[in-house]
Amino acid sequence: MILIVVEHANGKVSKSTWEMVTAARELAQDMGGEASITALVLGSNVAPIAAEIARGVDQVLVADLPALAQYDPELWSAAVAQIATEGEASVILIGGSRSGREYSPRVAVKLDAPLLEDVINLKASGKTLTAQRYTYLARVTETIEATGGTTGPIAVVTIKPGVFNPATPRAETAEQFDVDLNLPTPRLKITGKTAERSARVSLAEAEIVVSGGRGVGSAEGFTQYVEALADQLGAAVGATRAIVDAGWRPYSEQVGQTGKTVQPKLYIAIGISGAVQHLSGMNKSKTIVAINRDAEAPIFKIADYGIVGDVPQLVPAILAELKK
Amino acid sequence: MRILTYLRQVLDAEESVHVTNSAVALENSKLVMDTMDEYGVEEALRLRENGVEAEIVAVAVGPARTQDALRTALAMGVDRAIHVETDIRLDAIALSKVLAQIAQQEEATLIFSGGQQADWDSHALGAATAERLQWPQATWTSALELKGTTLTGKHDADEGSETFTLELPAVITTQQGLNEPRYPTLPNIMKSKKKELRKESLDQFNVSPKLKFVSAEIQVKNRINKILDGKDAPAAAAQLLDLLRNEARVIA
Repeated sequence: MILIVVEHANGKVSKSTWEMVTAARELAQDMGGEASITALVLGSNVAPIAAEIARGVDQVLVADLPALAQYDPELWSAAVAQIATEGEASVILIGGSRSGREYSPRVAVKLDAPLLEDVINLKASGKTLTAQRYTYLARVTETIEATGGTTGPIAVVTIKPGVFNPATPRAETAEQFDVDLNLPTPRLKITGKTAERSARVSLAEAEIVVSGGRGVGSAEGFTQYVEALADQLGAAVGATRAIVDAGWRPYSEQVGQTGKTVQPKLYIAIGISGAVQHLSGMNKSKTIVAINRDAEAPIFKIADYGIVGDVPQLVPAILAELKK
Repeated sequence: MRILTYLRQVLDAEESVHVTNSAVALENSKLVMDTMDEYGVEEALRLRENGVEAEIVAVAVGPARTQDALRTALAMGVDRAIHVETDIRLDAIALSKVLAQIAQQEEATLIFSGGQQADWDSHALGAATAERLQWPQATWTSALELKGTTLTGKHDADEGSETFTLELPAVITTQQGLNEPRYPTLPNIMKSKKKELRKESLDQFNVSPKLKFVSAEIQVKNRINKILDGKDAPAAAAQLLDLLRNEARVIA
């Protein structure tokens, strides 16, 4: 059994889950088509989620409990490890989100299994899983291998978001089963939340990202140039660490080593010089556009298209041209 | 109480990466303490400066050269250091077994570790160590206070951030924003030379890698690299949009 832990938000199955379905289907093929794909849905009031993912997998396990209303690393890892053990899962797929990468190590320790983190591809051959992942600030691609023992899973795997093509739902619906869980009491008490939710498409799911750096001049400049262009293109908004540190933008918009990693179809970098930490968060984007005053800025080296010039002149000109 | 602060030695972010024989070659490159771990060292020192009575022990696992990073931590102000010397590359799940055993031997009640490794990009060490010790954890912590045995702080979640409370013992993974790590001063560098840096062998920890590292390569995506002159802004804008629409076909 290949177990997928379903990521969902706002009553919907996340794109990352459909990407995991693709990874699972490829693995099942490698395994000779014998492996069944099971989705595990954890949460409270998750019936719509279960119904939605039932069109992507062979079986759906549902734990719909008030105790699971809020994600917690100890709850999630206990639930996943229990289900993986009971179902004798050979591979456990977890989303490469911040939370997925937080609780997956606990699952690996509980199951005494290797952990393949943030993989960009995955192949099974007998009891061995081979995967590739980015290291050294996304400048190196590494190949790693996990081999399962005689018992227990081959590996716990987190799948890098935005790499696998999302699977398309099928017409037929898989059977759903409720599961009983032995859950611990969470010890990390969440006392408050700052939801930095924006009305725009999320960075992780966006096809186009418009990002700004110091070169936009000010917080107002960011709104005037970066946000305006993003809204015109239906894009998500990103920022460099420098301007997040300066308080111009919230941390949730930060792209780079310590922020989010994105690989959209189009990444437009405005007033960004291109520090290696920022590049690590966006250098896999399909097409990169850079707009910067300094022709020597490192961002131009990885750009497909660039304009050397002043942001306050260029961005309004692009906006005017788009509106034509 | 005793605080462990786990640290790694990595390639300086400003250095370029070289791959020879399918592996990253670090010889002749500048190596530094992982910035993400530096936040943990600094936070431990600040807790003490704010009145928490604690001995602070820096721990590292790695080849002989790793002791340079431990020396930096000693010079920043930690009390002593433990170096488990090995040339074996241990993945985070295997490594957590070593760190958990050291935490038990040292009777530590708080462990700091960087949120993400600058070289192998793993997030796993903190959580895996917490699991082995049956401790709770807070990851991606950007603010922290300790009163008695209660930690309060702020950390990043999938969307936005959360404030939390947590009882010791606990593992905290650190990140940017938590503090500004200090530079070691000359007197402290001199003083640190007298501090204990204990060497341990990996054998006693009964650990072997969970992952096999097969190869590393540098994949460079070929970029079109068409750079336009922006002196005539309307013309450059029109040309760029034409390229995006008709050559790259990424916008309508």
